[in-house]
Amino acid sequence: MISNIRSLWIAFTHMFRKRFTVQYPDEKITLPARWRGRIVLTRDPDGEERCVACYLCSVACPVDCIALQATEDENGRRYPEFFRINFSRCIFCGLCEEACPTYSIQLIPDYEMSEYDRQNLVYEKEDLLINSQGKYPDYNFYKVAGLAIRGKGKGEAENEEPPIDVRDLLP
Amino acid sequence: MRTTLEILIIIAGVLIVALTIAAAMIYVERRMLAVWQDRYGPNRTGPFGLLQVVADMVKIFFKEDWIPPFADKVVFIFAPAIVVATVLMGFAIVPFAPQIYVADPNIGILFFLAMSSLGAYSLALGGWASNNKYSLLGALRGTAQMITYEVFMGLSLLGVVMLTGSFSLRDIVEAQREMWFVVPQFLGFVIFMIAGIAESHRLPFDIPEAESEIVAGFHSEYSGMKFGMFFVGEYLGITLISAIAVTLFFGGWLGPDFLPPVVWFFLKTSVFLLFFVLLRASLPRPRYDQLMSYGWKVMLPLALLNILVTGAVVLAAG
Repeated sequence: MISNIRSLWIAFTHMFRKRFTVQYPDEKITLPARWRGRIVLTRDPDGEERCVACYLCSVACPVDCIALQATEDENGRRYPEFFRINFSRCIFCGLCEEACPTYSIQLIPDYEMSEYDRQNLVYEKEDLLINSQGKYPDYNFYKVAGLAIRGKGKGEAENEEPPIDVRDLLP
Repeated sequence: MRTTLEILIIIAGVLIVALTIAAAMIYVERRMLAVWQDRYGPNRTGPFGLLQVVADMVKIFFKEDWIPPFADKVVFIFAPAIVVATVLMGFAIVPFAPQIYVADPNIGILFFLAMSSLGAYSLALGGWASNNKYSLLGALRGTAQMITYEVFMGLSLLGVVMLTGSFSLRDIVEAQREMWFVVPQFLGFVIFMIAGIAESHRLPFDIPEAESEIVAGFHSEYSGMKFGMFFVGEYLGITLISAIAVTLFFGGWLGPDFLPPVVWFFLKTSVFLLFFVLLRASLPRPRYDQLMSYGWKVMLPLALLNILVTGAVVLAAG
């Protein structure tokens, strides 16, 4: 009986405690910087697409929600002809971000992407591309890669020696 | 003497007020439960979420009203009506103010006990007619609970009757001008409240319903407004128990003159209504055999002892 009255009193004092509820549309919680939310495609510091259409994200995706088609521009840079993410399938696991060799695909702290129509959850490349470098501000894949494109020959990348002419080594 | 028209107006007023309170209790209960659990509760629909009542009502009216093919159809339909009807009958003898009451029979308390006990038929018949194992278990528990609390509920009120010398609720209120009966009859009040909680099937004694054990107990098979009727009956039941507790032990409409008597009555009743919600927020449910042994081995002897001592004191005082 005493313990019951004590329980009543404890429940009553909870009237004056702080509320746990976050009143969502009015108040929003601050998300951690590494929160895995909406997926974006970033650009390099020159404003070009980082994506080289290597298909690694598509392969890594456990729910097969990424579809793309590789193509090549006149400068010899690979880029996706289309890039499509079906967010009604996406589980926001972040494996695509881990697989990406060029830091192109990234997950950002944004979760407000509800739609009334399921079809609107399929994001095309123009919906995914953002005008930012995301989490890696100064990284430019073609500046460090050994691949030759127009305007940058073999050995002209950062931290790269010019190629050696093997015939010069002959006695 | 009151005219027939006055009585009809009072009857209509009591019906409207009682049903409005029962509906408002949906909101009050959800909101206060939340407050006591560090939440906010419904606060989106309308100012302070007050229109939540309307939303809940609209929802429950438009729900599919389904009668299972294996149920006993007639009894199944009648069972929810019984609890609402009997509890509303119980309101007939409650004196809200010196002139605001429907009837004042000289057996007021007996009428209240009779009407509140009949509510148990709703539960037993509803559980039986559903023809479902869980419903039947709920009805079984409800019947076991009823034979436990009815006895000491009636006995706990006899102390008040002895002190007043009348079964009429208006006489009982008038007899409390000197002192509220909660002081000389404190034991009787505690026993009556425990019986009242069991009577209205509220937590911690919602054993026939026990949604964590037997789905929803006796109303597992009910849906739509039939289900709603059980809830209206439950809220009306706690309002009736609160009103009777106020009348018998807390001086009914009596109070300082700066507020009219009927306001004092409603203020006291709403404190009890909030207490019922607080009980739900804090106490766990016992097993029904625990309730039975508690009722027969502790509460019944205490109620008898209360009658013995009160009777001796009344006799000695002459």
